[in-house]
Formats: sequence, structure tokens, C-alpha cells
Amino acid sequence: MKNKSLVSINDFTREEHIRILELAGIFEKHPKQRILADYVVATLFFEPSTRTRLSFESAATRLGAQVIGFTDAASSSVQKGESLRDTILTVSNYCDLIVIRHPKEGSARFASEVAKVPVINAGDGANQHPTQTLLDLYSIRKTQGTLDNLQIAFVGDLKYGRTVHSLVMALCNYNTTFHLVSPLELKLPSAVKIHIKEKNLTYHQYTDLSEIIQKADILYMTRIQKERFSDPLDYEKVKSAYVLKNSMLDGAKPNLRVLHPLPRVNEITTDVDDNPKAYYFTQALNGVFVRQALLAAILGVVD
Amino acid sequence: MEKEELRKELKVSAIENGTVIDHIPSQNVFQVIKILNLSEYQNQLLIGTNLDSTKMGKKGIIKVSNKFFRSDEINKIALVAPSATLIVIKNFKVTEKNKVEIPDYVEKIVKCFNPNCITNNEEIPTKFTVIDKNELKLRCHYCEKITAGGNITFK
Repeated sequence: MKNKSLVSINDFTREEHIRILELAGIFEKHPKQRILADYVVATLFFEPSTRTRLSFESAATRLGAQVIGFTDAASSSVQKGESLRDTILTVSNYCDLIVIRHPKEGSARFASEVAKVPVINAGDGANQHPTQTLLDLYSIRKTQGTLDNLQIAFVGDLKYGRTVHSLVMALCNYNTTFHLVSPLELKLPSAVKIHIKEKNLTYHQYTDLSEIIQKADILYMTRIQKERFSDPLDYEKVKSAYVLKNSMLDGAKPNLRVLHPLPRVNEITTDVDDNPKAYYFTQALNGVFVRQALLAAILGVVD
Repeated sequence: MEKEELRKELKVSAIENGTVIDHIPSQNVFQVIKILNLSEYQNQLLIGTNLDSTKMGKKGIIKVSNKFFRSDEINKIALVAPSATLIVIKNFKVTEKNKVEIPDYVEKIVKCFNPNCITNNEEIPTKFTVIDKNELKLRCHYCEKITAGGNITFK
């Protein structure tokens, strides 16, 4: 993986995904190792994303790397009208690896073609966010002991959620059975279902959340955003239908875990937080280990 | 009927050597000229459009003297003129007749339909993989969104 950019989840093979997850497991046990002491990592955030940026910066700093960069476009030369190409060309003179977050789709791919150093995509508009997908895979593998043959339920906005799209694509490598729970307006797009069909895997679609809870190994909850509905009345109708309450987890499998990419609004009530099945905050912590694994593997300090 | 069409074609005079691109949809003749960069062409160039056609109703035709296209060059026009016929003329005689083929990759000529794609926000040549040749679906190399059918527009 040395010097390989990670823009889209499919840029890495199944074997490379697994290797990253194994490395992340090592960093979870030994998070503070100064193996990147000679390296500079640039975090270029053309739009603010505090959680993702801090997670990357924490990962880099714990490995001893120096971090340079900016936290939003307003504080960078973009404000003066510099093109993305020029910014990337310049910054790649100053660092060994670029982490980029940008509001335009395809920006990270373009950056990876222009940069002289490897690029990690930390989110390009509604397109890809592969490090989120890897930390989701890590969380699933850690809680279930495997990635193979699981019953995975996705709940909420399956139409616009990029985390859902990438995770579904990645899980297609592991003989997953997909349970897709969403309002009719927010069903998983056919462009993503094609991937499931190509691998001859099974998916079931539901509009009622309670139907699936007892079957699932993983319940991946997402936020339904009001602005996705042209008619506010439609939103009012569905918003309470996809809320997970603690009582609903009675009778679920013992190994069930609830995941959520965060931020949560009201789709998981706070009484779930103390249930041992709630995993979403640990999931966020896992992001640091996965990003440590990626930085170390791409910079070539581990194999 | 064929004779009739031939007679009408001859309204645009014959060429000695070169390529005739026939059966272009009339509305796309100028798009073909643009894609093949023929506005810069220095040799004889004959352009006809809104000509009667038994096959198409109306059609366009372009005759390019002293020019023989490579297939990767000419296949770029398949997106705007999938019905086009290529006729190679040598010494006033037809020596070859081919149909255009939809290419596997399309570069520079098509605009990504996604307004939030980086190619619509910076000076970046577009690149697409053709994922469906029958229904014409193009996947953007950058934003990964699919531009298809009526959404296909040219730069």
C-alpha cells in the first residue's frame, strides 16, 4: 500500500482492507508509537469537519508525525482564488501525505492525480468517505469476530447517505445479507443495488424498523434530514418511524450492535446509550486506530 | 429510391480522396465538426445538413478531403451520431464503409451532469468510462456519478 492514494473504497482490494483492519487492531493495543516522527502530514480541509479532522490529526500526532494544514477554505489561499490544482501542487512540496476534505465531488481523485505525494480522501461532497467505511468495517469485525455471512440492517436515509453507499459496496465482498429499512422516498439507489446483484447477494427492503431488529447482527442507523423532502409533511410522517428506542432492542440477538456514523440527532433515543448493544461512540474511537493504520501503511513504515 | 438519395447527395460535390461521414443526425452536424476539430481544418471540407434521407428523414453529411481518421479519433462522434456511416474514398471510389462504434472511454468532450462535480468547478478535462453502450451510460472518473441519455451534453 506504500504511496497508494485512498480516494474511493474500491481503490483498495479486499486483502488490503483486511490488512488495514489488522494493523488498526495493533494500534488499538499500542496507540502511542513514534513511528512517523520523520514525517509531515497535511490536513487540507476545504470545508469544516471537526470530527474527521481531529480524528486524523490525533492519529498522526500519536504516531509522532507533524501536522500542517488548514481547517476551512476561508483561512486558505482558496479565498484569494487559487485553484485546487495549484494548492495541491504547492502543498505537496511541504509534506509526505495529504488528507483532503472538499465540498466538490471528485476533488480528491483530482488531487491524487496532481499531488506528488499520496492522498487520503476525508470526504468529497456526497461522493466518498473511505476512512469512515474502513472504521465501520473495523467496528463490525471487532464486535462480530468476522465480516463474513452477517445480517446487516441499514436504517433511515439510504438514498443520500454516502456512508451507507460505500459500506454496502465494501460489504459486498463478504457474503452479507442486506436488510434495507427506509421510507419509500429514501430507498437505496439502484446504482448501489447493482453491486449487490453483481455478487449474487440477497437484499430485503422494509419500511418498518421493528420487522428487522430480531434478525440483525448489525443495526446501522442513519439520520433522516428534513431538507431531503420536498414536502415538509412527508418528513413529519416518517421522522418518528425510524427512531430506535431501548425497549425495541428486547429480543434482539445477543451479538447485535448498533452503529451510527454520527452526529446523531433524535434517531436513537438517549436511553439506548447505556445498553451494551450501543456501539456508536466506540465506533468513533475506532476511527483513530484505522487512520493510524492507513497513515503508517501508506507512508510505508509498516507492511 | 437509392438512386434518388444518391442524386440528392451529389448536391454536395464528390471528393477525390478522403472520408465521408454520412447519416449524421442533422441537429448534431456542428457538434461533429467541433468534436473532430474540423473548424481548424485546412483542406477542402464540404458540409451538408437537413438533407432528405430515406433512412432518417433529415440527415447531415460531412466530406473531409485528404483525411483518413483513426478509429479512436472517429469513434468520439458515436455519442452524437451513433447512426453515422464512414465512407473512405480513394480516387473517387468507395474503398471502405464502416459504422462508428461507441468507445469504452470518453475524454474531454462530454460535460458531467453533476453540478457539484469538480470538473464543473475547475478547469479539468472530463473523463468517463462507458458502462452501458446500449443505453449510453457514462461514469465520471472524478465524481463517480452516472451521466446518461438525455443528461449527456457536450463541452
